[in-house]
Amino acid sequence: MSGHSAYEFKNPIARWLDERLPVLSIVRGQLVDFPTPRNLNYWWTFGGILATMLVIQLLTGIVLVMHYTPHVAMAGDSVEHIMRDVNWGWLLRWMHANGAAFFFIAVYIHMFRGLYYGSYKSPREILWMIGVIIFIVMMATAFMGYVLPWGQMSYWGAVVITNLFSAFPYIGEPIVQWLWGGFTVGNPTLQRFFSLHYLLPFVLAALVFLHVWALHITGNNNPAGIEVKSKEDTLPFHPYYTMKDLFAIVVFLMFYAAFVFYSPWYMGHSINFAPANPMVTPEHIVPEWYFLPFYAMLRAIPSKLGGVIVMFSSLIILFFLPWLDTSKVKSLKYRPLARQFFWLLVIVCLTLGIAGSQPATGAWLLVARLATAWYFIHFLVILPLLGFIEKPKPMPASISEAVLGKEAA
Amino acid sequence: MTSTVENAGASRRDFLYIATGTVGAAGTALALWPFIDQMNPDASVLALASTEFDMAPLEEGQGVTIKWRGKPVFIRHRTKKEIEEARKTPLADLKDPVARNLNLPPDAKATDENRVKDANGKVNEKYLVQIGICTHLGCVPLGESGDYDGWFCPCHGSHYDSAGRIRKGPAPRNLDIPPYKYTTDTQIVIG
Repeated sequence: MSGHSAYEFKNPIARWLDERLPVLSIVRGQLVDFPTPRNLNYWWTFGGILATMLVIQLLTGIVLVMHYTPHVAMAGDSVEHIMRDVNWGWLLRWMHANGAAFFFIAVYIHMFRGLYYGSYKSPREILWMIGVIIFIVMMATAFMGYVLPWGQMSYWGAVVITNLFSAFPYIGEPIVQWLWGGFTVGNPTLQRFFSLHYLLPFVLAALVFLHVWALHITGNNNPAGIEVKSKEDTLPFHPYYTMKDLFAIVVFLMFYAAFVFYSPWYMGHSINFAPANPMVTPEHIVPEWYFLPFYAMLRAIPSKLGGVIVMFSSLIILFFLPWLDTSKVKSLKYRPLARQFFWLLVIVCLTLGIAGSQPATGAWLLVARLATAWYFIHFLVILPLLGFIEKPKPMPASISEAVLGKEAA
Repeated sequence: MTSTVENAGASRRDFLYIATGTVGAAGTALALWPFIDQMNPDASVLALASTEFDMAPLEEGQGVTIKWRGKPVFIRHRTKKEIEEARKTPLADLKDPVARNLNLPPDAKATDENRVKDANGKVNEKYLVQIGICTHLGCVPLGESGDYDGWFCPCHGSHYDSAGRIRKGPAPRNLDIPPYKYTTDTQIVIG
């Protein structure tokens, strides 16, 4: 499946170019003729949706930088200048701010799709692990971007997140001062966050390239979770999946546009319109919604270092998922028990998100603790055991049999 | 004897190979340092290091927040009740038994007296001077609140008592006491 197709270009200029630099045959082999399982459902369109969101974020971000000023005294004003004075500034800024949120909506669906259909299993471990790195870099990028308007929530979000590193004994304090470039979050912090916020999306683009490369070595997983066995199992990527992806992208962008145009501040916090004040912490600080499950885990543990370790572990554990899941069967379609635990995990993650938005006391604290415990039990106990306990349902012999039934295949 | 000559040649080549590699690696590592160290606090940040404050105008029960090194510093003229409560608290009840007073040795006990001692050992228990940053994740706690007549951090629910010592919640340490000394009976220099 790898390598470029042996296609001979009829156009002499195309052939001349391709013999010297085979870009055309790579495009032909990887984006046009690429054999793709014929049974992919709409959950598989989120890869294309994510690529689209990355491009939207890059384009809007690059033009926003032409008007933004990374200085504590001017950052907030320059954002308002974008909103009020710059031609189409309001649109570009709302596209960028809501684009981040929709980027996360798509990445969470994409990841849960991977969990449901066992897309992390052999031979796609590296593909999955690059994906986890992409997710972590995305979170760092989004966090630093949220700091740039330099409002109260920006500032105190930066304080709380950078202080996570102070939990480590001895090295914690020097690390935090190194991150800040001072004794508190200040102008040096804002400027370096701006620099990194501009850099990381390009790192993301490079990681996405590796992600797609790894995908094109192993080929797509599919809803049946069976590897491709013959030509009958696949369709060329174009036009079958270019068009399917495009349709899904258009539908996804309609939801996105609804927020950009009709409710652009729905996911924001009004306190961020107040300029950053290092002397006063707002009553109730919360991160953006896409960080809430992790924030809930951080607060669920009654020890500072413990909370930080648990929160980071919840991400690190994903790297080991290909080996924690002991079942040979990929798709949960054929794993009745694992399927129930999957939906329980979805509920647990949503519950963590809600708990993260509430003050960390009383019943919500208890809920957050139970949900955090279950998150780890799921990956460390349930998944390894299920492979031995569960009896999978009978599986079709091939993808074409799964699609067409036994007789036709 | 040809084999010895061959070995000698090979080992000399190995040596050059390893030596070149080592110099290259060490040089790259050294060249990396300026790129890392540029992120540390710069000279202009380090220069803003000390602040003076006169506590005489503070009434009993009144507190102010001033800025030192860009950080909030709480200065409070404590009431008799607050002092009494802080003194009566047995050390065994404290989550963090160490004073966290930068003017004292790092193992000084978290008695009320040790929380109000300056760099010269002068004690004026009326005035409590501390860095107003929660030792959990760096929020600024609210004064005159919490379960222990002291400070309460709204971010993640840490309670500090009337001597700024952590009593309940996720914060690991008592509020830090900055380095300071009295220049008169009420005037202090922080830093």
